[in-house]
Amino acid sequence: MSKALLYDSTVCIGCKQCEQACAGQNKLPYDDAIAAEEIQSAHKMTVVLTRGEKFMRRLCMNCNDPSCASVCPVGALQKTALGPVTYDASKCMGCRYCMVACPFSVPKYEWGKLVPKVQKCTMCPDRVAQGKPTACAEICPTGATKFGERDELIAEARKRLRDNPSNYVDHIYGLEEVGGTSVLLLSAVPFETFGYRSNLSKDPMPMLTYRVLSHIPDFVPLGGMVLGGIWWITHRREEVALAEAPKPAVDNKNKNGRKA
Amino acid sequence: MTFRSTTARATSFKFTFWKLVFLFLMAAGLYATFVRFTQGLGASTHLSDQFPWGIWVSFDVLCGVMLAAGGFTLTAAVHILNIKRLHSIIRPTILTAFLGYILVSAALMFDLGKPYNIWHPLIMRNPHSVMFEVAYCVMLYTTVLALEFSPIVLERFNLQKPLKVVRAILIPLVICGVILSTLHQSSLGTLYLIVPEKLYPLWYTPLLPVFFFLSAIAVGLAMTIFESSLSSKHFGLQLELPVLQELGRVLVVVLGVYAILRFEDLANRGVLKLALQPGYEMYLFWLEISLCIILPLALLLQPRVRSSANGLYFAAVLVVLGFITNRMNVSITGFEGSTGVRYFPKWTELAVTGMIIAAGFALFGLAVKYLPIFPKEELMQEPAMENERALPDVSPVMEHAGD
Repeated sequence: MSKALLYDSTVCIGCKQCEQACAGQNKLPYDDAIAAEEIQSAHKMTVVLTRGEKFMRRLCMNCNDPSCASVCPVGALQKTALGPVTYDASKCMGCRYCMVACPFSVPKYEWGKLVPKVQKCTMCPDRVAQGKPTACAEICPTGATKFGERDELIAEARKRLRDNPSNYVDHIYGLEEVGGTSVLLLSAVPFETFGYRSNLSKDPMPMLTYRVLSHIPDFVPLGGMVLGGIWWITHRREEVALAEAPKPAVDNKNKNGRKA
Repeated sequence: MTFRSTTARATSFKFTFWKLVFLFLMAAGLYATFVRFTQGLGASTHLSDQFPWGIWVSFDVLCGVMLAAGGFTLTAAVHILNIKRLHSIIRPTILTAFLGYILVSAALMFDLGKPYNIWHPLIMRNPHSVMFEVAYCVMLYTTVLALEFSPIVLERFNLQKPLKVVRAILIPLVICGVILSTLHQSSLGTLYLIVPEKLYPLWYTPLLPVFFFLSAIAVGLAMTIFESSLSSKHFGLQLELPVLQELGRVLVVVLGVYAILRFEDLANRGVLKLALQPGYEMYLFWLEISLCIILPLALLLQPRVRSSANGLYFAAVLVVLGFITNRMNVSITGFEGSTGVRYFPKWTELAVTGMIIAAGFALFGLAVKYLPIFPKEELMQEPAMENERALPDVSPVMEHAGD
């Protein structure tokens, strides 16, 4: 059902045509200077990293259960059923919690602009909705970036690992990380080499905060009742004390007078 | 009355040291504001893609909300627990809280990339977002504080009818305030639960919401002691020493519970050894622990210190500084390792923060001057010195802001 990208770094030749296609698709500038930048930024949503003779793409993982969409107070970031995690700049108020929360540190900010946006790869949602592959997968000359059904791509990745175990690190990055992502990676060298975290949980991150947040609907009436109860007791105690206080001082007559 | 106002006018022409500091902070802050809104966040901050939250979040928002926690702590003690002895200090405390939240909202306008969209959470809801919950609670609680504060203004202008209405709904209002505060004080800790892989283990814990809430109570009490002591010095009020002693006793208990939970949590998660592993994080961890736990507890556990005005004041300042360090550590120090970036605020960030603190002190002084904040007969000295009071603690706070 849901679409995904499979990037196999052993097939990649580092031509960076994916970077250029991505820039074109997202109407961002692209030239030799930008091609040489090895870091994702507000004007470069995907980047091909080079370590010796090995390449690795970095792009938004488009998580199945994304932290960014979960933390966004205004729902500017959304996970779509087809796979892409989209961003609506008109809703965004610029709190940048998505940037803090993203386990892959993907969202970038237009720091230099007066009306800044968050920028990240959104997996070409318009193209995907029309049944077309993402711009990066379409242009890839070697098939290193492949677009397709997530399930089929997982089967494909497993097959590659099985057929050529010596070519790969035995891991499909994105299969289980943070509950699975719509971008799946295969590599010949450990993923940490390219800055991919190896300490990520297999559970979706949003549960960490939702586990706490989900108690609020119970907490509010309960808290109200407890506080109201304490108020009632402490003030009742005071009334009783007031009513009983004059007893030893004067006669019993005063007791009733006080009450009124 | 006339005598008082003439002397006030006469003294107000003198440029004292603190007035100059105040003017300097306001001027620097206004210039920084100009830079922020004409050139954007990039030019006015040291924030980056690796480090998207700086002191405008850490100090102005996280610490700001924490420092305003006296409001809910004291209203709960006086109106819910019915501790009448504390009644005399409730107005300045509510004033501090109300100003605190106004200033936090003002600071947010600097930090948000598109501040004019600040109202979006009202209609674009995402109940899975902690930030959404914090936004709602802060909005609602600021409204509650405005209502809790309103009798002071209504009394001043002798508006009996609305006064009656507010008094009639006071208890439900206080209950709402306590619930909303509990929610968002703890939620500021919950914000960081989603980054277990980024936040240093000395600070990342599933108990963050509990710690943020407990420390808010501690700081609420400490701030009340701090601000009562300062007010008595600078407005010539009679110090409510027995009241402060009582707050000091409660503070010991809260700090004790916090200390036990904090270290038990470190031990349970098996990261206690990190506290002994020399390095940047270790030093700041022990600075935090000494300021917010070890020193104040060592002081307050001695009855002699706990019963003296100066002892209480000093311990309260330590607690406030300690938990400011804590918030800075959670939101800045704890991220520097994983992001590989050392963040230090730009002068513009410090200038805006300084301006906001200075504005807070000045507004407090003005409110005391023109509104019935303290019981009338207690105002023995003329209150024209408000700017002076402004600033004794700006410098320590400012030093800290750069943490």
